[in-house]
Amino acid sequence: MKKLLSIFAVLAFAFSANAGTLDDVKNRGFLKCGVTTGLIGFAAPDDAGNWAGFDVDVCRAVAAAIFGDSSKVEFTTTTGKSRFPTLASGEIDMLARNTTWTLSRDVNLGFEFVGVNYYDGQGFMIPSALGVDDATGLDGATVCIQTGTTTELNLADFFRANGIGYEALPIETNDEARENLFAGRCDVYTTDASGLSATRAQADDPDKWVVLPNIISKEPLGPLVRHGDHQWGDVVRWSLNTMIIAEELGVSSSNVDESKGSNIPEVLRLLGVEGGYGEMLELSNDFAYNIIKQVGNYSESFDRNIGPDTPLGIGRNLNALWTDGGILYAPPFR
Amino acid sequence: MENNSNFEIRKPPVATTGILGWCRQHLFSNWVNSFITLLVIYFLYQLIPWFLDWSVFSADFWTNYKGELIVDRTFCSRVADPEGDHGACWAIIIVRFYQFMYGFYPSEQVWRVNLTYFLLVVALLPLLIEKIPGRKHLIKFTIAFPIVAFILLYGGFGFQIIPTNKWGGLLVTLVLGVFGIAIAFPLGILLALGRRSQLPVISMFCTLFIEFIRGVPLITLLFFGMVMLPLFLPEGLNLDGLVRVLVAVTLFQAAYMAEVIRGGLQAIPRGQYEAAQSVGLSYWQMNRKIILPQAIRISIPSIVNTSIGLFKDTTLVIIIGLLDLLGIGRGALADATWMGLSNEVYVFVALVFFIFTFSMSRYSLYLEKKLKTGINMGAD
Ligand SMILES: N[C@@H](CCC(=O)N[C@@H](CS)C(=O)NCC(=O)O)C(=O)O
Repeated sequence: MKKLLSIFAVLAFAFSANAGTLDDVKNRGFLKCGVTTGLIGFAAPDDAGNWAGFDVDVCRAVAAAIFGDSSKVEFTTTTGKSRFPTLASGEIDMLARNTTWTLSRDVNLGFEFVGVNYYDGQGFMIPSALGVDDATGLDGATVCIQTGTTTELNLADFFRANGIGYEALPIETNDEARENLFAGRCDVYTTDASGLSATRAQADDPDKWVVLPNIISKEPLGPLVRHGDHQWGDVVRWSLNTMIIAEELGVSSSNVDESKGSNIPEVLRLLGVEGGYGEMLELSNDFAYNIIKQVGNYSESFDRNIGPDTPLGIGRNLNALWTDGGILYAPPFR
Repeated sequence: MENNSNFEIRKPPVATTGILGWCRQHLFSNWVNSFITLLVIYFLYQLIPWFLDWSVFSADFWTNYKGELIVDRTFCSRVADPEGDHGACWAIIIVRFYQFMYGFYPSEQVWRVNLTYFLLVVALLPLLIEKIPGRKHLIKFTIAFPIVAFILLYGGFGFQIIPTNKWGGLLVTLVLGVFGIAIAFPLGILLALGRRSQLPVISMFCTLFIEFIRGVPLITLLFFGMVMLPLFLPEGLNLDGLVRVLVAVTLFQAAYMAEVIRGGLQAIPRGQYEAAQSVGLSYWQMNRKIILPQAIRISIPSIVNTSIGLFKDTTLVIIIGLLDLLGIGRGALADATWMGLSNEVYVFVALVFFIFTFSMSRYSLYLEKKLKTGINMGAD
């Protein structure tokens, strides 16, 4: 099945036209963005049917940059397996679905990661009743694991390196994994630590579950596009960078209008008051203003969706700005 | 026989008739059966009150135990007061009922969906009730229904176009299920006849088609429809995502249907064909008037069986990004407002599926009774 899917992906890529995505999107009048089938804080429809979440905000930022209207997005849900063929076939214009940037995905599958919106790492979650406090103590455990993910491969590496055995229970979506774990059909759920926080928040009694301290991999998660259309890649890349730079410069949705009168040159460049940076991207010069006004800067999106005041309660840690001890860093806007 | 009157007609012993007799015969005929009966009764006794309590008596509907309107999970009694004895929190279903039924269909146009649901019932009437007045005309409507439904749901002819990515929930489940089954049925008949055809080209094509489709999982076909099909279509022709999925689902169902009907054809004795041919019926007349009615009649249980299977398989469309009833449920659970209420969502989704699949199987029983499929063909 997996082989077949990657063949699909490669074939689909070979056939699909891979230039002019920006024009296609502009002509169509809305952006097609791939997200998860539902992961708390990252992507989910609200009661009124509007999608919201940390990954969703990246899609919305791109829509705001292109159309000046963050609502001009059509969301397509994708699973760990289906996301790549869906992007390769042109069914979506970009993918923002906690996807790890790896060499083979970047090169072999023919995609281009335009940046990182969340630095993650793979962890383990177990029932506290299991009484294990380190992942090396999980010998012989049944592990729930999502198919088609990097986590599937890391898991095998980790257990082999530590000379311990396990039984994998392959699963398609996060919500199946959650139900299997809660029902006791697997002892361990392993995935990106952010996903574990989301899953734990959903438990009837979160205290019955612990996330082990072991982080066994680097999972830089970011949006990606098809290889070969650099203009389009640039638009998505600088939409994401805008959110990060806005946080660096202290520009947020609440003060963006006053900031137009700022005396800091980079703020003026960012908001399109000076210089023609939007034009270089074939966007309007106030594209960044629209992103910040409608979606907010990186920290606003983080706090709204996954931050300490949400049920996920994730701290900034690695995802703090480089000036605050994290590694979030965007190239200069000039 | 002649001296019947010499015998006194006695009633059978009490213990073999009525409720008592039935129980004795069916539930307590020997000690193993008695034991199983008691065990099952015990479990039901434990289960039913518990389930009723959870789902009805201790459950929250619009308001929680303090009488507050439930607007998110924290208002649910079982979340707000974990120590207390509280059941399900149905508010998640109530608040998201619209999404469960219609997905993201714009609300000012939703009357079109409701009208379609209503017309679906009308279209089913002549199939469900044999003696309905005006059946002939109703059948014409039934045949036209798919087109009417398409225009109503999708738009055109003066209706605003609602792209299919706005459809969701039960609407998608029903569109895939109803259209899939309805289109696959005639297609399956043709394939079955084709596979048994004397013309090698036709029979080979049909056999190849059936075996190919049955040889791959539905997921693969769905992927194929979603990702590969557009590449084979001429430039500029962009088939809608739902239509592509529908094509995949229909082909899949048609292949299975064909084999089910071929099974029925296989059971028709040679004599029936010979008799039909000897009165000078053409191939199509013979099939339409003599062979197919009998073959379909014996295949009814299997036809309904594969149809129910398909109806449930439609949940696989999550993998290609369509939000059917189950997908909408997943979405609701992934929203921080309602997370953790998975029992409620899955029980509700299961209930809706059960209502549809159970009705289908009841309908099949009714047909079987009406057509007496159980009776040996030769004797009747
Ligand atoms: N980062 C990994 C794993 C991504 C992944 O599948 N994450 C899960 C849980 S953190 C997810 O998003 N599930 C949502 C879904 O099933 O739709 C990868 O790119 O392969």
